[in-house]
Amino acid sequence: MEETNKMEETTKKEEQTSTQKIGIYLWIWLLLFVLSFFSYMVDWYQFQGMLRWSLILFFMFLKAGLIMAFFMHLFWERYALVNVLLWPMTAIACFIFLMTAEFKYTLFSRFFYFVVGGA
Amino acid sequence: MSEQKIDGFELKPGFKGMASDTGSDQTMFKGVHWGKAMMWIFLLSDTFVFSCFLISYMKGRGSTIVDWPNTSEVFSLYVGGVPVPLLLIAIMTFVLITSSGTMALAVKYGYEKNRKMCGWLILATAVGGLTFVGMQVFEWSKLIHEGVRPWGNPFGAAQFGSFFFMITGFHGFHVSIGVIFLFIYTYKVFAGHYESKKRGWFTKMKGDYVEIEILGLYWHFVDLVWVFIFAFFYLW
Repeated sequence: MEETNKMEETTKKEEQTSTQKIGIYLWIWLLLFVLSFFSYMVDWYQFQGMLRWSLILFFMFLKAGLIMAFFMHLFWERYALVNVLLWPMTAIACFIFLMTAEFKYTLFSRFFYFVVGGA
Repeated sequence: MSEQKIDGFELKPGFKGMASDTGSDQTMFKGVHWGKAMMWIFLLSDTFVFSCFLISYMKGRGSTIVDWPNTSEVFSLYVGGVPVPLLLIAIMTFVLITSSGTMALAVKYGYEKNRKMCGWLILATAVGGLTFVGMQVFEWSKLIHEGVRPWGNPFGAAQFGSFFFMITGFHGFHVSIGVIFLFIYTYKVFAGHYESKKRGWFTKMKGDYVEIEILGLYWHFVDLVWVFIFAFFYLW
């Protein structure tokens, strides 16, 4: 008897830190399917140029955000953890920026020496 | 997760909470299991590894003077004699998202102490992951058969093969490791290790359903990486 009482107590305690309603997971799941379908459609209809890039990036960031916020529970975590995780991403953004300049320079040198034949 | 309570410490919300948590002369991540914090730190470092791969891919693809292979043709499958672009990749994406959804529900049922539901959902996740790896093996062997090598391929720029095998290979390796652990945790949940408080991994501390959330974090991360690979490598 005492055993069951203890069990009940622990379940009650756990319920305080309990999970979200099942509906929110199912909605996010459905949204992820729909967004993946849309990003596949971008290729299916062969959109090109800026439209293609912006659509791909839009759906990608939306999907990534939904997964991180709800499936990985970041939406409910305290800011101390969220900020430790998200601020280092600015370093990656910096790296992308640097390498963009780098590949443009490499491409220019290759055209200059391989195609044009140098000065 | 939400509504944590810590004795003798006021948990403030938002950025004020971040400042007081950080400056509290105590553990910084209030109410976060140590294993969960460590998994997050590991995932952060893994993010950097994958970012380096994708950035080097961007640099390689951007600086080649030979045309990049048309991915929607290279990765197309013939269904009844008609080429369907990116068909296998689309199915792989849907399989991975499905397994991510079952994992999220497994975490939820784990915290609700619903042992059977949790176990079955983790098993479903493992089967989804296995299906994904199987399809990736099929994709690899198809491309190798068509003559794609790390040093060249018949479709275009020579760098295509090395980036493809490196990036999808490293991701597939993550999925494989995840599948192994999913099967182990399926066993642990069905065997009732979290009810009998058997000890966890490499620790004397008692096991708890929080381990399922930690496993879930890893699995969602694998899905997250695939979102970026799908966008940058296959769609771009």
